Parts: sequence; structure tokens; C-alpha cells
Amino acid sequence: MDSTVWEYAPAPESRDIANLKASYRMFVDGQFVDGTGEPLKTINPATGEVLAEVGTADTADVDRAVKAARRAYDRVWGRMPGAERAKYLFRIARMIAERARELAVLESLDNGKPIRESRDVDVPTASAHFFYHAGWADKLGYAGYGPDPKPLGVAGQVIPWNFPLLMAAWKIAPALACGNTVVLKPAETTPLTALVLAEICQQADLPPGVVTILPGAGDVGAALVNHPDLDKVAFTGSTEVGKQIQRDLAGTGRKLTLELGGKAANVVFEDAPLDQAVEGIVNGIFFNQGHVCCAGSRLLVAESVADELLAKLRARITTLRVGDPLDKNTDVGAINSAEQLARITSLVATGEDEGAERWTSPCPLPDKGFFFAPTVFSNVSQAMRIAREEIFGPVLSVLTFRTPDEAVAKANNTPYGLSAGVWTEKGSRILAMASRLRAGVVWANTFNRFDPAAPFGGYQESGFGREGGRAGLEAYLDV
Amino acid sequence: MAAPTATPPAPPPEAAPLPADLAEVTRDESTLRRFLHGLPGVDQVGVEQRAATLATRSIKKAAKLWAIDTAISMVDLTTLEGADTPGKVRSLAAKAKRPDPDHPETPQVAAVCVYSDLAGVAVEALAGTPVGVASVATAFPSGRSARSVKLADVAEAVASGASEVDMVIDRGAFLSGRYGLVYDEIVEVKAACGAAHLKVILETGELATYDNVRRASWLALLAGGDFIKTSTGKVTPAATLPVTHVMLQAVRDWHDRTGQHRGVKPAGGIRNAKDAIRYLVAVHEVAGADWLTPKLFRFGASSLLNDLVMQRRTQLDGHYSGPDYVTVD
Amino acid sequence: MSDTRVTVAKTYKLYIGGAFPRSESGRSYPVSDSRGAFLANAAQASRKDARDAVVAARKAFGGWSGATAYNRGQVLYRVAEMLEGRREQFATEVAASEGVAPRRAQSLVDSAIDRWVWYAGWTDKLAAVLGAANPVAGPYFSFSVPEPTGVVAVLAPQASSLLGLISVVAPVLAGGNTCVVVASQSRPLPAITLSEVLATSDLPGGVVNMLTGRTAELAPWLAAHGDVNALDIGGAPTSQLADLERAAAGTVKRVLRAPATEPDWGRVPDIVRLRAFLETKTVWHPMGV
Repeated sequence: MDSTVWEYAPAPESRDIANLKASYRMFVDGQFVDGTGEPLKTINPATGEVLAEVGTADTADVDRAVKAARRAYDRVWGRMPGAERAKYLFRIARMIAERARELAVLESLDNGKPIRESRDVDVPTASAHFFYHAGWADKLGYAGYGPDPKPLGVAGQVIPWNFPLLMAAWKIAPALACGNTVVLKPAETTPLTALVLAEICQQADLPPGVVTILPGAGDVGAALVNHPDLDKVAFTGSTEVGKQIQRDLAGTGRKLTLELGGKAANVVFEDAPLDQAVEGIVNGIFFNQGHVCCAGSRLLVAESVADELLAKLRARITTLRVGDPLDKNTDVGAINSAEQLARITSLVATGEDEGAERWTSPCPLPDKGFFFAPTVFSNVSQAMRIAREEIFGPVLSVLTFRTPDEAVAKANNTPYGLSAGVWTEKGSRILAMASRLRAGVVWANTFNRFDPAAPFGGYQESGFGREGGRAGLEAYLDV
Repeated sequence: MAAPTATPPAPPPEAAPLPADLAEVTRDESTLRRFLHGLPGVDQVGVEQRAATLATRSIKKAAKLWAIDTAISMVDLTTLEGADTPGKVRSLAAKAKRPDPDHPETPQVAAVCVYSDLAGVAVEALAGTPVGVASVATAFPSGRSARSVKLADVAEAVASGASEVDMVIDRGAFLSGRYGLVYDEIVEVKAACGAAHLKVILETGELATYDNVRRASWLALLAGGDFIKTSTGKVTPAATLPVTHVMLQAVRDWHDRTGQHRGVKPAGGIRNAKDAIRYLVAVHEVAGADWLTPKLFRFGASSLLNDLVMQRRTQLDGHYSGPDYVTVD
Repeated sequence: MSDTRVTVAKTYKLYIGGAFPRSESGRSYPVSDSRGAFLANAAQASRKDARDAVVAARKAFGGWSGATAYNRGQVLYRVAEMLEGRREQFATEVAASEGVAPRRAQSLVDSAIDRWVWYAGWTDKLAAVLGAANPVAGPYFSFSVPEPTGVVAVLAPQASSLLGLISVVAPVLAGGNTCVVVASQSRPLPAITLSEVLATSDLPGGVVNMLTGRTAELAPWLAAHGDVNALDIGGAPTSQLADLERAAAGTVKRVLRAPATEPDWGRVPDIVRLRAFLETKTVWHPMGV
């Protein structure tokens, strides 16, 4: 059979839509102001070009920001009736939706994620988070924390680079709904959409100081979470940094929630809907280049279907289009930074050294920027580093199992516990597995689903506290 | 990227024997049932999600023009009305041969699809062209008739010179679990087809679940169908992207197990170029590039052709065309 | 006659994995009443005893957390029945330990038993109260359920030897956790008697492990232990609190912090202590035909 070649022509989203500015400034007390920290240059990881210069905070700025947030809490936000707070949050939700395309393009430029994802997942879900939590603001008495639960005060929040806008929404929306004010530090490599969100707060006429955005590197984050006048710290990021923050906050009495790393098992039984399992596995590990704390990075497959599944999986992965994040047909975009690319490369080398069998998609890669082709390791054992450490990249480790007990034992054999997947057409097995997997989120016959109404968060070293749903409110209430 | 031209139907599937495990499947009713029920399930939400995501592919410029030409070459230009007449069929045949008289380089369609009593008219009108004649048969669209009547219908089509026969399966038998009956009927129809190429219409809208679509697809492939086709066009829903995904998976998996290529034909409800391109993307990324040929993929459609022609002009002329610039047949 | 009879004194031992061992270290320490009079020698647990207790708690976790909530409720209620039977003994021990009048001691014991009953009734309500069907925007059924955190190390209150102890242990158990408890250092006797009640009730061995000894000595080992999931530091010395929290961070343990002073355990509780040792698990499944 003669094979036809059908090359899709490039279909790039226009970068002009991002309204990219040459420089961005931090947002304190309702104003964009110059920070006294060393400005950082944020780059487009798909090309290496500098996108913009971004002013950063130093310790004095952090202090000023927290003071402004405290003032806003004491004088305005903490006293405002919930129904009024709600209306601001609804406004923000709507404005995010109105500026969705701009935010999506900007996110893809700054982060490297495919426009299809920023457009169809990140931005709409961010808007949905504000919309959902807006409704809670005047109904907190019904949330199960007593008739009149009180806010905590000022929250310091530090977020990662993998979902810059969405994580900002996850942090800010519930905090504000519960009556707190926030000082948020976006990740060093992806500060731009959080600053546009600040602009949206301004357009929504949110009272000054209620939301503060302080760009900067880890030192700014450390200065923020250690600021003595905070009542609450929320962090999403690596387990290593999370532990440090927990240590730093020891004895302070400051309320803390952590959303940390993971090494999720995606368990496929022999009676799984195989084609959808393949999709779920692909979505589980290649969504957002695998830069997902809940990524299904360990595939546990029943030995009896392992060969068939792997063949289908490789064929499917081969169709993934890796490249320009702004191209609407790109499935896997750029690795967020040179540093992250180096980490992935080094862990993959470890996998090879340890004797795992490497398969990498033959897809073409762009010749500049930070890219890594989707990679699958088979013949992986639990003892290997690639089966234990979070790679945070498009790299899947495949292990096999023979019985449900073995699957559970292997799946739970990790200090993490953020998420897990299970694939089987047998209903009773789904429920038994869901109950035995020690993870905060279990996706059965699906993977990587997120919704503001569904609590998300980890067991064990994947952190504590929940985001989303009724359970997520606890993190921002004095209960 | 030369667009394929309309091609005669593929020869009947390679006569090579099936692998032993598959040959064994059709030994009796119970082996067949066990096999069909042992196929992996299809998760509705998962397949619909995948289809929706793939439908967001943005096909532009040369890739779009190629897709339009390819889609035109895959059309089974269809009229299946009670009011069909020889005149109607002749004008359809003319359209099939020259979809766009202003752009004679426009590919011809794959076939014209009519009822069996008009197959002869179509054969005559298309003589000397590569455009095939497909005749529906087997008590289309309901399939509710005696086996002898169905086979007579097939004989009529073949005798009239139809190069392709589009049969319907007995959905009642399928839904009541009488798989052997459905299988035997396809086998008999296939035998009656002789050299004509057999498309097996599953009428997926009546099968209701994707699991059933997958089972019916395998049943038709095991029985020797050259193509599996979604629908008659007389039942809603007709072709959908996710149903086509499931059928494309079936022919892909069939190929993996047997080395044989079988085709897929969505029919009904595909009305514009944008939809057709989404189907081609599915063909490309679910079954594979091998299937991007009229030998292995067809669209059962009537109004689709005009939109393809119109969009083709838009691509070539650089401005939008209008319905008055394409012929109405 | 009875005046001349010599009483049979009890040996107060540790309670680990359903058994009553002495400390592996061979150490014991004298326990006195509130006036300083000798009551008994209590075992002085070592870090190795703490380690064994964690192993026992982990081993018991699967069974206890996997039992039906109804069953856990019944088992816990059975404990209350047994407590009731030993009401007088507890009153005597509480009076001696805490130096309160007999009527007050009796009232504390009654409150403790009632507290246990209150928590026993929670086991099969938690999922309904804390769980949810999540109305997600898509064709999925999503639900959230509370699940036990795992092995909890409990540093029991120093002052309230029984009511305080029960107020912190019962919620841990009601949620389906297992625990290692360090009893009040200077008032450990009611805790050991409680262990005897637990041992003779239907509570599986290892679900509660009771250590007596020096809280400050044992706490750091438990706080840093890799197989402990959560920590109640309520009974730790104030000077040690921050260090314990720091050590807990090593494996991201959930820490229930200590209030500045020991609370009034007589107050009606809320579900904060239940929530503190529960995780929320969210499950998603597509809805299709």
C-alpha cells in the first residue's frame, strides 16, 4: 500500500494577540510600581528569545506589599459583606474569559505550552475557578465550618511555572472568596500572565492591596513566606521546597497548605478500554510536556496486555506533534527552561544507565528552543530512579504487574500520593482500586481532569490541604 | 502532495488466509460470541473526547487544498430517494465526472451511489470513466426482508454492472445477539457480489453503543466486508466522528492482525468541507496515512461535494465563492 | 479482714501491637500522685519502643482503615461499654493522678466515656458530612470522600490524664487512623488502664499503641519517623514545639499544633480533631453507555 504524506501546514496563532509589552512591573497596593530587586528577563522557551523585562521585588518590597495587603484586609476586604466580595470575583471571572485569547497566547509564549492547552484548559479553567469561588463568598456559613467562619487575614502564596495563570487562580480565588487578601509570587520563568491578571483586578476595580503580585526568584518567595505578618502560606511546587517552607514555618502558628510533587501510577488492567487507556496514558504524561505534578508518570500495566498496549501506545505517541507552542496543531510544546531540560535529560540518561529500555518518538524537533521528544522507558523496576523521582517532563516509565494486589502495592510504593489512574471496565474493581490507592485524586478510566468543584491535593509527601470544592475552603478559613 | 485521482475500487481483500486465531473465531456461534464480547470495551466519554480534541486540528493552505481534493476523490455521490429517476441519476453522474466544470482539474468523485434498480442507468452514464457505481442492496435501508429477497437485490445490482454493493446488516439480529445469523448473511452477500466490492452498513445509529459498533465492525470484517460503513443516512444519528474513530480503530487493528487493509465509509450528515477535513484528520491520525485514499476511505454524501468544490475555489481564487457558482444537481 | 489483706499491685507496662511489654530498655520511672506519694513504677519507653509501636500501628492500619465505618463504630462503642464497667477504677486513678476530689474525678471519667461514645458515633457520618458529590462541568461522576491519614503519633495532654487523652485519641481512631500515643508523662496510669480496656475490647491489636515515659525524649523520634503520617503535638513541652514541627517537615507530616495552654477538655468538641487526620480523596469516572 503506497503511503501518502499529508503534512499539516503551520497554523500559528498570532503572537500579536498577546499584547506583549517590553517591560512589566510588580503590582502592589493597586498600582504597577517599580520593584527594587534586580529585573529579570523572561524568555520564550520555544525560541530562547527574551520576551520582556520584568521588575522584581526585594525584601523591602515584600514588606511593603504585606503591609498594603494587611491594610486592605483590615480596612476593606475583611469587613466587606460576602455578597460584595462575590461580585468582584464574578467580574474577574468574566474578564478572564473576555481576554481569554490574549491570555492564552501570552501563556504559551512565556511557558512554552501548546496553545491548544492554554486556550482549551488553562484559561477557561482559571476563569471557572473565579466563577466557582465567587459563589461561595456569601455562602461560607453553609460550607460545614460553622455558621460564620472567619477569614485568616493575609495570605502569602507562591506558585510554580507549569500552569502560571491557572495556579494563580487556584490560589487567589478561594482566598479572596473567604475574605483574605493575598500577596502572590509567580514563578521566576513565567511571571507574565499573573501580571495581566493583576491588570484585570485593576479593571475589575478590586480594592487596592487585596491582590498583590510580586515577581521574583526563590529568594523573593522565601522572603514572602517567612514574613512575620502573614496569617497563611500556600505553596505549590517541588516537595523539596515545600519541606523547607514547612520547616521555616515551624513554631510560627501560620496556617500552611502545600501542593507538592508526585509520581502517579496509571494502572491498566487487562480488561481496560485499551484505546481510551492509550489516550489517558498519553494525556497523563504528555499533557503540558509532563510538567504536571499529578502526571501519570508510572504506567503499571497488566503483564497479559503489556505488549499489545505498548505497541498501541508507541504508535499513538508517534502521532504527537512536538514543536511551536503557538501552532494550533502542536500537541507537545517546549520544556519551560534550560534548567528543566537539563534535569530531564540527566534523569533519562540515568534510566538508560540503570538498564531500562528507552524508546523515543521519532518526531522531528525544532532546532532551537528547549524541546524533548516524548520518551517511554519499558522494563523499568521500582528500584530505578526513573520510577521513583519526579521527572516533570515527557518521560513515561512502564512497569508490569500480575495481580491487583501487586498493582496496588507498586502504585502505593512511593513517598508521594497526589494522583493515580485506574483503567478497567469492571465496576467493582474500579471502586476497590480507588479505595486502595493512596492518592488524593484517583482518575478511573480518565486522567488529568480538573474542575473547581472537585477538591485536589495530595497524601503524604505530595502535600496537605485541598484546592477546589467545599474542602478547599478550609485552607483559607480560621477553622 | 499530488492529490489522488478517483480510482477504481480496490480488488477484493487479499485471499490470504486469516491467522489461525482469527479463523477459529468464526467456527460457530459461541466462538464468535466469545470473540466479539472479548474485544476491549470502548469508553464513550474517552472516545468522544479524543474525537473532539482531534477535531481542533487547524488545516491550512496547501494542506487544506490537498485535503479538499482528497475528500472530493473519496465522495460516493449519493441519491437514495423514493423520487429518484433515471434523469436524476444521469445528472448526478455528470456531476460525479466533472464536479466543477469551471475547474476541470478538480478530481472526480469515487463513485455514484444509487438504489439497485437505477444502477444500470448509472453504469451507462459513467461508462468509460473511473467513477464507480455503488448500489445499495439487501432491503436497504431497514434490511427487514427475507434473505432470498436480499440476495436477489444484490444479484440485481451486480447484474446491472454495479462495481460496489452497499449492504445493510440485520440490526435486529445483531441486537438480539444472533451474531452467527448476521455473519452468515454478510458471507452470502459477499459471495453474491462476485467481483463487486462490498461495503457493510452497520447503521450505527441503531446499534446505540460504541461497544456494539466495535463488535459489528469486527463481525463485518470477519465476514469479508471490504468496507465498513456507518449508516444508511436514513437514521439519526448518522455518521459521527467518534463512531468513525471506533471503526477506524477496527480496520487499523484488523490490519495489525492480518496485514489486510479494509476501508471505512462514514455516510450521512457530513455536509461541509470543514467536517470532511476533520474526518480526514481522524483517518490520518487514528488509522494512519495508508488509509488516505479512496480505496480505503469514502464519504457517503450528496451536498458535501458542492461545499468541497466551493471551498476549493476559495483556496484557489483567494476569495470566498458562493452557492450560485457551483452546479446544483 | 479486708484491712489486713495486702493488695495485688499492678505492673504498668507499655501497650504495643496488642501486647503489654516492658520497655525494651528495661527502664521504668516512678509515678507519684499529686501530693508526691508513690503510686507505681511506669515503663519508660525508649526510641526503640516507639519504633516498634510505629511498626505495630502501620501493620494494623490496613485492617482498621479498611473495616466498614459501621464496624469501627461498633468496636469503638464496645470500648465505651468496657470503660463504663471500669468507671470506679478510672475515677480512683484520675483522682490520684490529677489530685481532684472523688466527685470531680467521677465527673471527668463520665465525660471521658461520653466523649468516647460521641466519637464512636462519628465513624459512619464523616463521609456524609465531609464528603461530596462534586458537580464538575463535564460527563463525569466525581466524588470526594474523607480517608484516614495513616499512622498518627499523639502526644497526649499532660494535665488531663483520661478525659484529655480520650479527647485526642478517639477522633484519631474514629477517622480510621491507627496511632502511637505518648501518655501524660507524670500522669500515665489512666492511660495504661485504658490500654487494658482496649486490649479486652474488640479493637484490633496495634490500632492504639500506648507508650509511657518522657514525652520530650520520645517526641523527636516520632516526629522524624518516616512511617508516621501525622502528629498531634498537643502534649509536647512548649520549648520543643518548633523543633517537632521542623522534624515533621522532613516527610511532610500533618501537624496538629498545640494551643498555648491545655484546653478545657470538658467543652463540647467540634470536628476539628476528626478533620485534622483525614485526607480528602477525589475520584473521577466518566459517565457513558
